[in-house]
Parts: sequence; C-alpha cells; structure tokens
Amino acid sequence: MTGLEPKLFVFLLSTFLGLEVIRRVSPLLHTPLMSLTNAISAISVVAAIQVMAEGHLLTGGYSAFNKTLCTLGVIAATTNIVGGFWITDRMLKMFRRETRDRD
Amino acid sequence: MTNCFAITGILALANPAESMDIANSWFGVASYLIAVALFILSLKWLSHPRTARRGVRAGEIGMVVAVVGTLLIFQAVSYKLIFLGMVIGSLIGAPMAVWMPMTAVPQRTALSHAFGALAAALVGTAHYYWLFHDRNIDHFTMGVLAMEVLLGSLTFTGSCVAFGKLQELIPSSIKSLPQQNAINFSLLGAAILIGIWLTVAPLSYVLFPILILLGLTFGIFLVMPIGGADMPTVISLLNSYAGLSASLMGFVLNNYLLIVAGALDGSSGLILSIIMCRAMNRSFTNVLFGRMGAVSAASADDVYGGKVKSCTPEDVAAMLDGVRRVVVVPGYGMAVAQAQHAVRELFNLLEERGTDVEFAIHPVAGRMPGHMNVLLAEADIPYDKLKEMDEINPSFAQTDVVIVIGANDVVNPVANTDPKSPIAGMPILNVGEARTVVVVKRSLSPGFAGIPNPLFAADNTLMLFEDGKKAVTEIVAAMKAAP
Repeated sequence: MTGLEPKLFVFLLSTFLGLEVIRRVSPLLHTPLMSLTNAISAISVVAAIQVMAEGHLLTGGYSAFNKTLCTLGVIAATTNIVGGFWITDRMLKMFRRETRDRD
Repeated sequence: MTNCFAITGILALANPAESMDIANSWFGVASYLIAVALFILSLKWLSHPRTARRGVRAGEIGMVVAVVGTLLIFQAVSYKLIFLGMVIGSLIGAPMAVWMPMTAVPQRTALSHAFGALAAALVGTAHYYWLFHDRNIDHFTMGVLAMEVLLGSLTFTGSCVAFGKLQELIPSSIKSLPQQNAINFSLLGAAILIGIWLTVAPLSYVLFPILILLGLTFGIFLVMPIGGADMPTVISLLNSYAGLSASLMGFVLNNYLLIVAGALDGSSGLILSIIMCRAMNRSFTNVLFGRMGAVSAASADDVYGGKVKSCTPEDVAAMLDGVRRVVVVPGYGMAVAQAQHAVRELFNLLEERGTDVEFAIHPVAGRMPGHMNVLLAEADIPYDKLKEMDEINPSFAQTDVVIVIGANDVVNPVANTDPKSPIAGMPILNVGEARTVVVVKRSLSPGFAGIPNPLFAADNTLMLFEDGKKAVTEIVAAMKAAP
C-alpha cells in the first residue's frame, strides 16, 4: 500500500492537466490527436521492460513465461510507438493553410 | 534527498539484491522527468496546426528518453530480447504508418488501440505470475492488476471487432441478440466478481485466466452490436480505456511515468468521447447499451412521395456558374467513394472563378473524430477552409449552393422538428437555409439512423443520384465544357 497517495495525486493532476491541454486541441486535428496519444500510451513498453527486469530471478517455466509475455508486450507497444508517431507526422504534413502555387 | 521527488518511487521497487548504480538511477529519474515534460508539451503543441509537428517531435524524443532511462534503471533485463521485440515491433509498425492510405486511418487507429491494450494485458499477466511465484501479492496490487488486465483484455477484443467493422470484415450493423444487454451485463458482472474474489484471495491463480477470458468475451459482445456511425464514440472510448490500463500499470509498478502518460491518453479519449456523444445528443450508456429502437418516423413514401426532384451534373454545373458562396458538406459516403480528390478539383475550379468555397464538418461525420479533416487535408484543401459546425451554421442563409456528398443524418432537419425521432436533439448542419441544396447520393436509402430525410424532398433541394466521385468529376467536366 505504500505510496498510494502520491500516485493518486499524480494521476488526478495529470488527468486534469490532460483534460485542460486537450480541450484546446482544434477539432481539425482530432484524428492526429488520437494517433499521437495512442503513441504516447505505448509508454507501456517501459512497463514491459520493468516487469521483465524485476522478474529476472524467476526460474524455469516462470522465467520463460515472464520473458515471453514481456517480449510480446514490447513488440505490441513498439508497433504503436513507431506506427503512431510516424502516421501522426504524415497526417500533420498534409495540413496547410494557403493554396499552394500550382503549375 | 531522494524523497524530494515522488518519482524516485520507481527506485523503491528495484530489486534490493541488485546493486544499483546510483549515477544510473539518477539518470533514470531525470530521464523520466524529461519524458513527462516532453509528453505534456507534445500535446500542448498539437493544439494548433502550426506547431503540431513540433509536438510529434517532442513526443518522439520523450519516448526515446523514457526507454533509454528505463534500460538504465533496470539493468537486469535481457537486452537481446528487448532489442528483438523492438525490431519486430518496428517492422510491424512502420508499414502500418507508411503505406496506410488516409481512408484507412480509422481502421488503423482501432488496430493500434488493440495493440496498446494487448501490451497492457500481457504485462499485467506476466506481473501477476511473477508475484504469484514469490507468493507476494497484497490485496491492493491484486485489485489494480485485475482492473488493468480486465480493461486490457476487453479493450483488445473490442478494438479488434471495431477494426473488423471498419475494415468491413464484419457487417457494420449486426442485429443484437435478443438478450444482448442481459448477456453483456452478466459477462461484466462475472468478470467483476472474479476480480473481487482475486483481490480478496490473490493466490487463487486458477481464476486469473478466467478473468482474462471473461474480459476478452465481454469486449467482443460489447462492440459487436454497435453500428458504423457510432464508431467515433466507440473508438474514443476504447482510446480512453487503453490509456487507463497503462495508468493502472504505473500504480502497481510504482512507475510515475506510466501513471502520467496513461492519464494523458485516458483524458484525451474521454474528451473525444464526450464531444462525440454531445454531437449526437446521446449518452455513453445509450451508445454502448441502447440500440436504435423501432423507428417511429414517418414512412419513406409519406416523406418523399412525388416531391423529390433529381438533377444531372450539367444542371449543377450551370447552377454553380457565377455564384458567390458554396459550402460542401462531406460525410462518410465521400470517404467510401474516395471522392476527396475530385472534390479538390471542384474546389480549385470554383475558387479560380471567384466563388468562395468552404467545407462544413460535423463532429461525427465519418468513422472517427476528425476523419473528414484528414481526408480533405490529404486532398490538399487548405485547413482554413474546413469549418466546424457551430462556426458555419449561421452562414448557410447567405450561401448560394450547398453540396452534400455522402452525408445524411447530420443534415436531417427531423433532429430539430420531431422530438420522437431517434436523432431528436442532435445538432445538425442547417443546410436547408441555403438557397439551393444539391445532395449527391446513390439512392434515397436511409442513413445510419434508419429514417427518411425530409431535406431530400424540400423545395430547394435537388438530388444527384450517383456515386460521389463520379458525380463530382462530371460536374467539374461540365463546368469546364461550358463556354
């Protein structure tokens, strides 16, 4: 139970911060917003690394199980990191203001 | 000193048997702080198209800093496996970003929610069995783990079903089972009961796979009966769940970086779902559990009988000659017909001839929030021409011609006039106030709400019964051919 309060505080504050920051995002960019936050939530890659590291004293089947699941977790999260940031940038590149000069 | 930063909590759980390199851990703490700051800046910069790409850079750097920091804090990790996982993940993720056509962005988003949720469920499961092996699970950790894994697994299958629907592998509107809600609630209830049981008795490991299984099944049953036009809300809600499960991971792993990043994602999904629900005048529960009931609207014959006027592309071209202001209303039909590039040609031609052209974007047009904006931006239409509903609604009265392409329910005046209609109270684009409305649509078939649209029979409305892309191309050709 140790340290629950600070975690709740951090969770609450970051939720409110998120609500305030994201409320200001123009509806124009709601699709890139979703793909960007999706890429950011792929921070779970960090969790996969942590669980694998902290379970390193496990032996036998438990160790193999831990490593397999965490590696799969890293794969799933990295997919979102690479894909998420990349496609967000691809989308944002297309948003421009003035009519481009055409030949 | 180390207590100054709550974030040093990440060090508390590091294995005491491991001799920690202090310099490295401080580096780790610093890297987490930097990453959090960059993630917040990233979302802040995304608020405007001018700074948005800087936001992506910030997010990328934040992610790299976070991963490097983590690898430095937790050195007892198999670098080979992590590296392998990252290479495979990049090999899957990169093609999904580079070659994905913009029309497929909703599907891709659903798929990435599935990946995110899968990661949370997998890590939660690995975490449980590691703690189980050590016979060291307190009730709080177990409760949070159960929530994390339940949310992760239901979001995983739910997103897979959403992907299937958007990719049209699964029919978009499936008749719900006779006792759909009863089944859903019992599945959810059973999952929650097992979660509580596990929290009370964390070592009853037999229950853990059952919890996952129930979560996976509930996810399927939850999303399966939800129709295509409700997808913007569902995708946003799944986004929120994926973020929440990442945040829960942070609670059990004492990792503040996870808590913050997950909360940011969760709040973004929450805001978007609220906006989507408001734009349809419906509640979450109504979207998730309420089915579009029996239609009480007037029959199609009563509404349309003898009053619908159709026209040809040439008529529209003649009508567009020399007008001052044109508003285009795109809907999901434009995406299906891939008409956005043809629309761009029409836009160019009209602008060249001195006509003012704007686009009216309803918040729920398309299959995900902002879907139409991305498509039109891809077609090279400047974003200052894309107007939100509230901004453009007052200007319809001064508009000469409105061209509706593949939209239906979002321009149905019944929403304002008939309190019994399934879309009653939904804010709509008041296109009927314009002098002339041209509706490009393949037939008079109803939209998602399943009700006829009196706009199509209005005096100032002309129907152009054709595929969106073909119709717009022909209008452009006719305009060019005219002297």
